[in-house]
Amino acid sequence: MGGGIFSFRRLWAMIVKEFIQMARDRMTFAMILGIPVMQLLVFGFVINTDPRHMATAVLLADSGPHGRTLLEGLKNSTYFDFVKQVADEAEGRMLLTRGRVQFLVQIPENFSRDLLRGDRPAVLLEADASDPTATSGGISALGGILNTALLADFKGPLARLAQDPPPIEMRVHALYNPEAITQYNIVPGLMGVVLMMTLVLVTGLAITRETERGTMENLLSMPLRPIEVMVGKITPYIFVGYIQIGIILLAARFVFDVPVQGNLLLLLAASLFYIAANLAMGITFSTIAKNQLQAMQMSAFVFLPSILLSGYLFPFRGMPGWAQAVGEVLPITHFIRIARGVMLKGIGFGDLGFELWPIALFAVVVLFIGVARYRQTLD
Amino acid sequence: MEGPPVIDVQGMTKRFGGRTVVNRIAMRVCEGQVYGFLGPNGSGKTTFIRMLCGLLRADGGSGTVLGRDVIRESAAIKRQVGYMTQRFSFYGDLTIEENLDFVARVYGVPQRVDAVRASLEHLGLHDRRSQLAGELSGGWKQRLALAACLLHKPRLLLLDEPTAGVDPKARRDFWDEIHELAAQGLTFLITTHYMDEAERCDRLAYISYGDLLVDGTVDEVIDTARLTTWSVEGGDALGLAPRLRRCAGVGQVVAFGKSLHVSGADAGALEGAIAPFRTPGYEWKRVRSGLEDVFIHLMESSTDNFSR
Repeated sequence: MGGGIFSFRRLWAMIVKEFIQMARDRMTFAMILGIPVMQLLVFGFVINTDPRHMATAVLLADSGPHGRTLLEGLKNSTYFDFVKQVADEAEGRMLLTRGRVQFLVQIPENFSRDLLRGDRPAVLLEADASDPTATSGGISALGGILNTALLADFKGPLARLAQDPPPIEMRVHALYNPEAITQYNIVPGLMGVVLMMTLVLVTGLAITRETERGTMENLLSMPLRPIEVMVGKITPYIFVGYIQIGIILLAARFVFDVPVQGNLLLLLAASLFYIAANLAMGITFSTIAKNQLQAMQMSAFVFLPSILLSGYLFPFRGMPGWAQAVGEVLPITHFIRIARGVMLKGIGFGDLGFELWPIALFAVVVLFIGVARYRQTLD
Repeated sequence: MEGPPVIDVQGMTKRFGGRTVVNRIAMRVCEGQVYGFLGPNGSGKTTFIRMLCGLLRADGGSGTVLGRDVIRESAAIKRQVGYMTQRFSFYGDLTIEENLDFVARVYGVPQRVDAVRASLEHLGLHDRRSQLAGELSGGWKQRLALAACLLHKPRLLLLDEPTAGVDPKARRDFWDEIHELAAQGLTFLITTHYMDEAERCDRLAYISYGDLLVDGTVDEVIDTARLTTWSVEGGDALGLAPRLRRCAGVGQVVAFGKSLHVSGADAGALEGAIAPFRTPGYEWKRVRSGLEDVFIHLMESSTDNFSR
């Protein structure tokens, strides 16, 4: 009965056992079902390599009708969504620097008059090209838009303007990454991804490790407060985070030749918030997970949205609204904006605050959950 | 001669799910006493100790530990109690000295460096202080754990099976140290399965299925059990065991070397049961019941209660 090189009875015993164990490990089961759903949603809807509806600011100095016709044409192309009318170029530039808008369209004074005179007035399109994918669609569609948008106005006596050469001159300024070098965009983003993956994982194991090695009982019998245990466990990793930042910055400078426009000290100071947020997230996972494996699974569960919804790989503004909303919650989204902002755009402290407080809020809320979840007894 | 009470609790109860693991246990341990806490595996000893030092929330009960409320003031109790867990729970990846240093820092031990050095010297581990704690043998791990528990000069030590898996010589040294410390006024609550250790305790309590069955000095515990024990030697004494076990009135039959100990709760019934075996060649005599006889008797009768 028991011999033979293969027995279906033994195989069946093994299969039954594995089924029972799989069903009982709810966490793994949830992952098996949750990850494909998440990937479907993300890859299906979020990834958009020809993003349209980019936030665009308008500086309209022209009082005539043709400037408005041109703007209408830009809007109808679906590449540009006009979100703000700015008063001067400084305000438009600020919106670009802070990443509030992707494009700034400037229609100069007397545009309509110059157009009619045949003086070929210049329209300026400034683009935040730090992520080349986000702007390339709009920029390449521009020529076609210009040729067609004003045709409706060129009737009767104006028909002469519809001939070559085009009656207006289009100037495009691709700011921050004019040569559209992908590394310039990816390397600062990579800093956010590397910090997140390592820091969340390593602290995610911190408390479950105590439980699994049996040292938790001893730790709990000592007069230590939860906040002391948690902050004590994450502090050493702040240094680890800074070492990683150092390595990435050196690589950015000497391997990838990414220019650094802004103040590195500012970036290092802002990094503290981001490191703290990730460590807080990890340690909170650690208080929720029952063992190290669960902690790792929970970490993997945030990695996916963090990489895909943060604007690291795909243009943030190309994502549907719900995906942007999720992305705004994640610290990595804001840190990537900071890292790109400082390195590519040279943003200063005033521009940074908008991205810092969401990270700080996230860290505080998550750490609060962790402290509340920390089991002070063995119950 | 009894000092003030260090542990004085009543009605301590703990339930896990629907199961009552510790059932209304009262305990009074006075200063300087070495109090033995016995009972089979899973009887609730560890749970009871964990409730005393605030590691588990009690579902019922009241009283004081070191004059502090056992339910509400567990943080204050923790500072003055040394708890040695059943399983070695210091850091295997830290050295002996680093472990002691960590504990000393957490408790805010004054003159920490000197305290740690004194502890290492007392342990006889000063030369091996840089060795990883995880590499120590069972006996040394247990000595390190005790030293760590003593660093903050607690007034009460709760030791959960401190000598499990430790060789006899190390066990004896360990107990000598406990008595030395008790003489200095430290109070001990110690769980153990070893009868020789139980006999070295000032007082004992026996717990089974969450119920405290008996407590008192060794002699008191033996007397309250009202167990009668006979010893038989000579002839094929050990061969009598299976037949004796079948007799009504015989509780337990245990071999001790060449002799057999036969015990029963009812002295008359036991005497009646062994009468047919009192033949020439066998030497029968009444002996004092041992602690082990009493505990096995208690355990078996409480199992009966439990299954009924």
